[in-house]
Amino acid sequence: MSRNELLQRLTAVDFYLTDLHLYLNTHPDDRDALTKYNTLVKEARQLRDEYERLYGMLMALTTPSKYPWQWIENPWPWQSEFNFELAGDD
Amino acid sequence: MWVYDKKLEYPIKIMKPNPKMASLIITQYGGPDGELAASLRYLSQRFSMITPEAKATLNDIGTEELAHLEMIGTMVKQLTKNASLKEIQDSGMAPYYVDHDKAIYPASAAGSPFTAAYIQSKGDPITDLYEDMAAEQKARSTYEYLLNMADDPDVIEPLKFLREREIVHFQRFGESLRRVQEYLQNKKRFSMPAK
Repeated sequence: MSRNELLQRLTAVDFYLTDLHLYLNTHPDDRDALTKYNTLVKEARQLRDEYERLYGMLMALTTPSKYPWQWIENPWPWQSEFNFELAGDD
Repeated sequence: MWVYDKKLEYPIKIMKPNPKMASLIITQYGGPDGELAASLRYLSQRFSMITPEAKATLNDIGTEELAHLEMIGTMVKQLTKNASLKEIQDSGMAPYYVDHDKAIYPASAAGSPFTAAYIQSKGDPITDLYEDMAAEQKARSTYEYLLNMADDPDVIEPLKFLREREIVHFQRFGESLRRVQEYLQNKKRFSMPAK
């Protein structure tokens, strides 16, 4: 998968998780939502591992780095080069 | 503690400079109903919050607001990146420029620097949750006013995303408030004398 494609999928799954997370805070007994959350956690972890293996670190503390230290690599998320276009032209 | 995730919550890729829009959007960075105020309000109020649902809600919405603060800073940065001095001069962004160049500084669209006077942390869980619901509505209105000023889809889409998040947060705070009210009602009942 290309970097943009992978980043777009991870962003989508992570957002789904963020939203479910807030929902579960006020609906802790919703078993269906919890099952969905647990499934998506696994999917997000796979996408994140794949992205980091191919394209560099997203999170320190949980990801090993190749040599030299990868964390400082450009671009950073506020730079337009970092981001993908939503139109799906990638 | 917090750990940084080196990506945005929602992608921002703005190709056309627009210093005028940047000088308006900055208000959601450091203005009265902006993301910095939201984040500080919730992350401060959580220390005196009761009930597991409401504590988690303040903690996690306060955290998501930091991701929104980053999105707003990113929009301002990209809207000014390739703007010429002439464009800045003609756009109304000149007052911001003479104080901050194209740097990101927490201020309102009208130029007032950020102040903690925008927020409250009252110690009364019902008072605080009502403030939080109002804050989400004020932020939603601000995003709608900003959308009225925008014509570039690269700007409109992230603003629409942020507007929708305010609605979801309002909903979650409302649910937290109902749980807190139930809890306080029950507590009162249990503490009454047996007869």
